[in-house]
Amino acid sequence: MKEKTYIEDIDRNMYDFRNVETAEDTYRVDEGLTPDIVDQISREKNDPEWMHEFRLKSLEVYNRLKVPDWGPPIDGLDMNHIVTYVRPKTGMSGKWSDVPADIKDTFERLGIPQAERESLAGVGAQYDSELVYHNVKKEVAEQGVVYSDLESAMHGPYADMIRDHFMHLVPPTDHKFAALHGAVWSGGSFVYVPAGVTVEIPLQSYFRLNAPGAGQFEHTLIIVEEGANLHFIEGCSAPKYNVANLHAGCVELFVGKNAKLRYSTIENWSKNMYNLNTKRAIVEEGGTMEWVSGSFGSHTSYLYPMTILNGAGARMEFTGITFAGKGQNLDTGMKVVHNAPDTSSVVSTRSISKDGGISTYRSSVQVTKKAKGAKSSVSCTSLMLDAKSRSDTIPAMDVRTKDADIGHEARIGRISDDAVFYLMSRGLSEEDARALIVSGFADDVSKELPLEYAVEMNNLIRLEMKGAIG
Amino acid sequence: MADSLLKIENLKVEVEDNEILHGISLDIHPGETHVLMGLNGAGKSTLGNTIMGNPSYHVTGGDIIFKGKSILGETPDKRARMGIFLSFQNPIEVPGVTLSSFIRSALEQKTGERVMPYAFRKKLRPMMQVLQMDESYAQRDLNVGFSGGEKKKAEILQMLMLEPDFAILDETDSGLDVDAVRVVSRGVEEFQKNSGRSLLIITHSTKILESLKVDYTHVLIDGKIVATGDASLVDRINEKGFEQFLK
Repeated sequence: MKEKTYIEDIDRNMYDFRNVETAEDTYRVDEGLTPDIVDQISREKNDPEWMHEFRLKSLEVYNRLKVPDWGPPIDGLDMNHIVTYVRPKTGMSGKWSDVPADIKDTFERLGIPQAERESLAGVGAQYDSELVYHNVKKEVAEQGVVYSDLESAMHGPYADMIRDHFMHLVPPTDHKFAALHGAVWSGGSFVYVPAGVTVEIPLQSYFRLNAPGAGQFEHTLIIVEEGANLHFIEGCSAPKYNVANLHAGCVELFVGKNAKLRYSTIENWSKNMYNLNTKRAIVEEGGTMEWVSGSFGSHTSYLYPMTILNGAGARMEFTGITFAGKGQNLDTGMKVVHNAPDTSSVVSTRSISKDGGISTYRSSVQVTKKAKGAKSSVSCTSLMLDAKSRSDTIPAMDVRTKDADIGHEARIGRISDDAVFYLMSRGLSEEDARALIVSGFADDVSKELPLEYAVEMNNLIRLEMKGAIG
Repeated sequence: MADSLLKIENLKVEVEDNEILHGISLDIHPGETHVLMGLNGAGKSTLGNTIMGNPSYHVTGGDIIFKGKSILGETPDKRARMGIFLSFQNPIEVPGVTLSSFIRSALEQKTGERVMPYAFRKKLRPMMQVLQMDESYAQRDLNVGFSGGEKKKAEILQMLMLEPDFAILDETDSGLDVDAVRVVSRGVEEFQKNSGRSLLIITHSTKILESLKVDYTHVLIDGKIVATGDASLVDRINEKGFEQFLK
C-alpha cells in the first residue's frame, strides 16, 4: 500500500524517454518554411490538387498575418528553425505486430495496447507526424462508422465530404497558426458517424511528438450526423527536448441535429512545447457538444475550444482543468457563440498554479440577436498553491439580446491554513492534506474523464491517494 | 490513581502577539470527562486548538504532556495519531471529498492498514443511526452545504469512527436547537461507553451536559482557570451565571 501522497512537479519520467533516431530512419525537410517546402510536403502526402493549392494559399496567409500579441509570450519560437515534418519509415498499419519494435516500445510504455484491450473501439496513434498504427474494431466499422487517417480518406469515398468541411470551421485566416496549420498539416484523424448511429465505446487517439525541433500539425475532423452519438478521446504526451517544440493542431467538429459529441482531451506535452492549438465545434438544432479538457504539460499554451450553437436548443458543456507548474504559462479557456434561440452553455473550469506557474482563464461568451432565451452559466475557480504562482481570469461577454440569462462566477483562492489544520487534526500529514484539497478541487473534472484517463490525470498531478479518496 | 492521560502545566499561549492563556494547568486521567466553561472570549477555543497543535497558536510557556510525553514539538497529524481528537467549532468545507471516503482514509492513516469497504460501512451505519444522520450524508462532500447541526453531527461521527483516547469538543452544542443537542449528546454518551476514553467538553452553556457523566468542571475567565469543582459546579453556574467568578 502506498503511504505517501504529495503534490510535486508532474512526474515525467514515464513520458520523457525517447528513442534515438538515426538519419536513415527518418526523412526531414529543410528547417525554414517556403513554398518549396510546402510543395514537397504536399507531394510526399500525395495530396489531391485542391489540397495542394489550399496549402499554398494558407502559406500566403501565414506570411501575411502577425504573431498574436495579446497572450503569453512566444518569442522562444523561431519558425525558421522548426522542422515541420518528420515521418517514420513505416506506413499505415492495422495490426499491432506490424508496428516496428522501437515505436511499439514507446507506445507500450505509454500503455496504448492495454488501453485498447480494455474495450476501446479504435486506436489511431500518431508517431511524429504520421499515423503508424490504426485500427477500428470490426463492429464499429460495421455500423458504418468511419475512423481513419485524413490523408487516405481524401482519396476514398469520403473525399468530397472532407473537401466540404476541411478548415471551413477554422479557416486559415483565423490566426497565424491556423494558417500555418493549413500549410503544413500532417496526420490526424477523420471520423464520420452516420445518422442515428450510437458508438457505444469511445474512440481514442494518442498523439505523440518524438523528434527534436519537430512541430506537430495534426488535423482532426469529426462529423456526427443527425441523431448520432460519439465519444472521442484525444491524448497527448511528448518527450522532453531542449529545442523549442511547436504544436499547432486543429480540431473541427460538426455536430448534427439532435446529435451528441463528447470530446475529451488530456494534454501533457513536455515542458518546452508551445501548444497553439485550435479547436472548434458547430452544433445544429437540438444537438449537444461536451468538452472535457485537461491541460497539464507544455511551456506555453493558447487553448480556447470554441462552440458555435447554431441551431435552436443546441447545448454545450465545457469542463476543464489546467495545472501550471514551474516555468509554465498556460492560457486556457473557451469560447461560445449562441446563435440560435434557446441555446444553452454550461462552463466549469478549474485551474491550479504552483511553483511560479501562471494559469490564465480566458473566455468569450457571445449571444447574438437571434439567440432569444439563451442561457449561459460560467464558473471558473483557481487555486494557487504558493505565493510565487499566478492566476488570472479574463472573461469577455457580448450579449445582443435582452432575452438571455447569462451568469459568470469566478473565484481565486489559496489553500487555507485552516483547511490544512482541519485535515491534519484527523491524522493526515500536511502533504496529504494539501493533496486531498487539490484532488478534491479537481474532482469535478476527473469525474468526467474515462477511468484510465482519470488515473492518468491523478498520476500527472501525482496524487497517489490511497483507499477510497476521490 | 492511574497516570495522567493529558497533563497541562502552566500553559501560556499567544495568538498574533496577544497572550490569550496566562498559565493554565489541567490534569485529565483515562476515563474522565472534564468540562471547561466560560464566557465567549475567555480563551476556551484557544486551549482546544493549542492541544491539537494549530500552528496559529504559539505556546510561550509551560508544557502539554500526553501519555507521558511532551507533544509541543509534534504536528497536528502526529498528535491525532497519538490519540487526540478535536471536534471543531466551525468545521471546514472540503469539496470533492466525501464524508465517508474521508473518514476511511483518516482511519487508514491512523491504523496504517487498508480498511475494507464492507467492514467500514458495517461500522459506519450504526454510528450514523445513533446520530440520526441520513445515510446519504456519507456520500456528500465533507461539510459542503451541511447545516450547522449536520456539521456538528459529522464531527461527532468522525470521533466515533476514529476512536481517539482523548477528544476535545469545542462548542459542539453552540448554535444547535434542543433536539440536535440531544442527538449530539447521545453520540458523546456512545463515546463514553468505552471506560478508558477521556473528554474535554468546551462550552458556554449547560444544555449538552444534562445527560452526560461529568467528573470535573473548570471555569475559565480571561485566560485563567478561576474555579474547579465536580459536576455540581455546573448547577451553580446554571443558577448564578459566571458573574460569581468575576472580581
